[in-house]
Amino acid sequence: MATRPTTQFGTERTGICIMSIASEMRGILPTANLQRLLDALSAKGYRIIGPTAHDGSVVWETVRSVSDLPIGWRDQQEPGRYRLEQTASQEVFGVVHGPQSLKPFVFAPREPLLQIERTKDGFAPRQMIPQLEKVAVIGARACDLAGLTVQDRIFLNDAYRDPYYAARREGLFVIAVNCVRALSTCFCASMETGPRAKTGFDLALTEVDDRLLIEAGSEAGFDLLSDLSLSPAPQKLLDEAATRVDACGHSQVRRLERSRLPQALYDAHEHPRWDDVAGCCLACTNCTMVCPTCFCHAAEETPDLDHQQTAHVRLWDSCFTQEHGYIHGKNIRPTIKDRYRMWLTHKLASWIDQFGMSGCVGCGRCITWCPVGIDLTEELSALLVPASRSSVTSQQVEGP
Amino acid sequence: MDAEADSMANPYVIYPATIVGKIREAEDINTYRLRFVDEQARRQFRFKAGQFNMVYLFGVGEVAISIVSDPDEPALLDHTIRAVGRITKAIADLRTGDVLGIRGPFGQGWPLEEARGRNMVIVTGGLGCAPVVGAIEYILRRRTQYGSVTILHGVKTPQDLLYRERFDAWRRFPDTEVLLTSDQPDKSWSYHIGVVTELFELVSIDPPKSIVLMCGPEIMMRLGVPILIRRGIPATAIYVSLERHMECGIGLCGHCQMGPYFLCKDGPVMRYDRVAQWLGRTGV
Ligand code: SF4
Ligand code: SF4
Ligand code: FES
Repeated sequence: MATRPTTQFGTERTGICIMSIASEMRGILPTANLQRLLDALSAKGYRIIGPTAHDGSVVWETVRSVSDLPIGWRDQQEPGRYRLEQTASQEVFGVVHGPQSLKPFVFAPREPLLQIERTKDGFAPRQMIPQLEKVAVIGARACDLAGLTVQDRIFLNDAYRDPYYAARREGLFVIAVNCVRALSTCFCASMETGPRAKTGFDLALTEVDDRLLIEAGSEAGFDLLSDLSLSPAPQKLLDEAATRVDACGHSQVRRLERSRLPQALYDAHEHPRWDDVAGCCLACTNCTMVCPTCFCHAAEETPDLDHQQTAHVRLWDSCFTQEHGYIHGKNIRPTIKDRYRMWLTHKLASWIDQFGMSGCVGCGRCITWCPVGIDLTEELSALLVPASRSSVTSQQVEGP
Repeated sequence: MDAEADSMANPYVIYPATIVGKIREAEDINTYRLRFVDEQARRQFRFKAGQFNMVYLFGVGEVAISIVSDPDEPALLDHTIRAVGRITKAIADLRTGDVLGIRGPFGQGWPLEEARGRNMVIVTGGLGCAPVVGAIEYILRRRTQYGSVTILHGVKTPQDLLYRERFDAWRRFPDTEVLLTSDQPDKSWSYHIGVVTELFELVSIDPPKSIVLMCGPEIMMRLGVPILIRRGIPATAIYVSLERHMECGIGLCGHCQMGPYFLCKDGPVMRYDRVAQWLGRTGV
């Protein structure tokens, strides 16, 4: 994402009064004219990707026309359950999200790292850094942006900078949508990551009935906004948009109690609750695959049949697999209990020590896509109740 | 592109290195002496004692192996490799003249420079601990720069004792003590009997002067360290080499985690007080 437009204002536009600066960063687009935005993006050379309804859920796909977007559809999400339903409305962004976050666009599920050729000296590696492609994703949510921030921290701003991630990231233009409806599984408000997109976007949209409020969040976004020459947003609409987004936050039924993290979860290492949840968990890896922040990967070597060429590839991995904790001759985490505990403790506790931020952004995907509906917010609440109380028989347990 | 700029830009690039020597240490353990094919890489590669490389076999994959040769001679890199897995077994079939790949160096090694002037207590257990062999050689090659050296090594059965000749050679250095023990000895065993932690009773340790290096099963650390601490050695003077699977070496793949640490970048050698609370935990 390009930097915020303050520098531009600071240099070229000095002297303009604050009110008009603010109004230039945003505008109003009738939803019926949304195609103009898509066309402006195409004109700038972006491939546009947006949510599309497919086989009962939404997935990211290339969109050319507004009609490719899931107009009138809404998603209902509950633990272990995802349902799309058609409504009579003309809402374009009625579907909150599908199983994919922004993660696959930057941290590819399968990334060839090196193509290695046999030579007379041994071998010669060729770096397979992806070509820069301008990709505009429309419809990312605040939690998705927060997930992207977490992944940037890991792949770009840690001990080593990952050049594959960096190449994909550079071409990414993000058009966020502020949420005006929360799912039963959402808890971004308690994670302070949403429902309003605060940073990390190029443009942000708020859909208010038949109008879209568009705001720029970067220089590139500001340029695009200028090309559209939109009419300024009246204060009444700004207020209405803000009210609806705030109401969405307040309507959330789930929350994550994070005030005592990370330590409280480290302290709960021997809590009997882990046995209970391990009894339900299938170790299917779904939660890690849909999570916007999980970064684990494995290396794979795929030589050609004649063994003259080999591809050195990385693939998404998960701490729920047998192999993840394997070390010659022993497995550090042989049981599902060990693996569920690894997952939750990493997400909510050790991630904070490692990267200075939570590994959970509150998107709720792991709750929805868990085949047995395990809910991490509920697990954490139970784990925060001291074991001495919850280890006694279940009738005596006080609720959290 | 020159090798250094190249690897700085892309930590995934693998450099070919020729096997210029292969020394058999035991039935399934060999030390490979490697030399970069690329002259620039040869000139620019530098490492610290106890760091590791990702060693690569064409078409098979990479494995993390500590560098056991001396950091002052970085043109030749020794890696002691036990054939235990798919990749290391395939490497075992290689001969002098064959080519492996190297990506590195990675990780934090033993604090050997900081430990100058101190008494070194080196505790190892189980089947040959390559990372610590490199440290011992480093210290003994600079013998005058360190205080007394005490090497305590425990094995289960006498057959598990590797590097027998090395232990004998080390023992001949001045002010250097080597104690070996087996807890399932046979008639051939002429050293101590029992587990390695029992050797602590047999040596004199000067707590404020000593630095302890430990390598072996986690259970040995869990049981052994408290004894050393009771003898007055501060937890901050005890270093342990820990083992987890490493897939990337650069803190990105998530496999080497131990509590809040990535052992590939925060370790594999960790100061004991930083990992004490994680060592005893199952599944961490
Ligand atoms: S260890 Fe598990 S929870 Fe942590 S990043 Fe990897 S897959 Fe996600
Ligand atoms: S842990 Fe679950 S709720 Fe949190 S960010 Fe990952 S998928 Fe979303
Ligand atoms: S080996 Fe990949 S994170 Fe440490």
